[in-house]
Amino acid sequence: MKRRGLFFRKSTDAIIKLLSLVFVALALVVMFWILFTVCARGIEAFGWAFFVEPTKPYGIPDGGIANALLGTVFITLGAVVIGVPPGILGGIYLSEFARDNVFGNVIRFSANVMMGIPSIICGLFVYAMLVFTTGHFSGFAGSVALSVIMFPVILRTTEDMLRMVPDSLRESALAIGMPRWRATFSVICRAARSGLVTGVLLAIARVSGETAPLLFTALWSDDWPFKFFSQPTANLTVTINEYATNSPFQIMHTRAWGAALVITVIILLLNISCRIIFKNKEHTS
Amino acid sequence: MQPECSDRFFKIITGAAALLAGLLMFGFFIQLFWYALPAIRTFGWRFLVSSEWDPVKQTYGALPSILGTLITTGLAILIAVPICFIVSMFLVETAPKWLSVPVSHALDLLAAIPSIIYGMWGLFVFVPFMQNTVQPFMADKLHLKSVPFFGNDYNGFGFLTSGIILALMIMPFICAVMRDVFKMVPPVLKESAFGAGATSWEVTFDITMKYGARGLLGAVFLGLGRAVGETMAVLFVIGNIQTVPKSLFQAGTTIAATLANNFAEAEGIFRSALFELGLILLAMSFLIQVLAQLWLKRVSRQMGEK
Repeated sequence: MKRRGLFFRKSTDAIIKLLSLVFVALALVVMFWILFTVCARGIEAFGWAFFVEPTKPYGIPDGGIANALLGTVFITLGAVVIGVPPGILGGIYLSEFARDNVFGNVIRFSANVMMGIPSIICGLFVYAMLVFTTGHFSGFAGSVALSVIMFPVILRTTEDMLRMVPDSLRESALAIGMPRWRATFSVICRAARSGLVTGVLLAIARVSGETAPLLFTALWSDDWPFKFFSQPTANLTVTINEYATNSPFQIMHTRAWGAALVITVIILLLNISCRIIFKNKEHTS
Repeated sequence: MQPECSDRFFKIITGAAALLAGLLMFGFFIQLFWYALPAIRTFGWRFLVSSEWDPVKQTYGALPSILGTLITTGLAILIAVPICFIVSMFLVETAPKWLSVPVSHALDLLAAIPSIIYGMWGLFVFVPFMQNTVQPFMADKLHLKSVPFFGNDYNGFGFLTSGIILALMIMPFICAVMRDVFKMVPPVLKESAFGAGATSWEVTFDITMKYGARGLLGAVFLGLGRAVGETMAVLFVIGNIQTVPKSLFQAGTTIAATLANNFAEAEGIFRSALFELGLILLAMSFLIQVLAQLWLKRVSRQMGEK
């Protein structure tokens, strides 16, 4: 090791310690700055009309975000319906049938890679698949895009959770004569239930704030989202994007902040509830 | 007989679902390549190095977008990695528990905030702050205006602002991995270094960093993958101008921002050019992810052998 003077060493140490305090403080300040801005500006938009009125075209001062909120719920639920079952089934396959074979490793590898692919690419992919071929934007295409993002996340968390179930449980289920599928669903999945729920909730939290894929698929509209399969569908994030960047009106900026606050609160609540579910599970088992 | 049959069915169904991951990954490339084909045929390799972007003349080049993506990603990594290193060191090694636990949780929650919130905050709060406070300070007080790559033209938007916002976005992810790496270092190693009289920075720098070098690099890869394709946070603050970047204060564009900004009105060969941009972005992030995966696999294997 190099010889360094004691004073030099001690002062370096002190400087780094100081620096670490500064950086932590900086991170916290920025975090509170962002959250404070969203809360302070968003709360101005809140009111009865904000939550029950649909968005209105440019230039009309009143209106709310109710259709966008409903649209986001529809699109996200659609994504859950499309993305969760194959995710869970695939996860079961990886953990029960393909622990160490080549096929399993290839799938695992591509799922990991897929998790890191930018969401905007998923949007482009689904645009080419569903919007370009059918000729219209739709909320359904948005759901598919989000489910493509969700799928590898759920696949991997399901596998991890099922792998934590001890083998003795599997063996005893099979020993009393259960077929494999029955053992998997009613014994192994049940044992890992809270982990599976956490995985799904986290995946929902992750996609419900996505904007880029929806720009290419669901787009947005001022209507209520009832023509989910054939029309552009209103949703919170693209509405925020439109109001914040393309609108000169202050009232629309305020409404964008309001929508931002709504989506932030939803996502933080989802995340916190995941933590609580998982923590409770750890304590009881 | 009955259970065997149903089990075979079960295995096939679940296997098909798992196969979907591979097929989708493959499908991304096929699909984007197919739609980019007209542009690839028209522009050839010139697309990658041309900076012309003229919807009227129907000529497009990817250079400004590619350079913009590289610059913003590089800046974000450059800013985020050292800060994350020191913050994780602090949280794991020095900070008392009453401080480190809530701060760690807060950082984890920060990772959940959607990118459009960062973008909006950037547009309405951070861009004016950069324009009125940070950039004048950097240009005049620090005399960076005569230094190449900075310049005196600034309006708050541009590469520097985008780089900082991206750094903020990826920090929670990098910090989370780095904290785990710091925790993995065996206490015996650290204690013996302390016993030999090392200061805590020396322990971190000479012991932890060398022991966990691979894991730390994995964290960097993770941040890189996040930053390279980020759309909304960048779109709001980059300025969206198709020029080859000359300075950090300048407005510009990235691949993802170009896609999101132009796709709605794109037709024909323009749309195809945008698909080709998408293909380039896909190839870039694919490469990063594959490298990261192989790297992490090697790490865990070597760790396992020890």
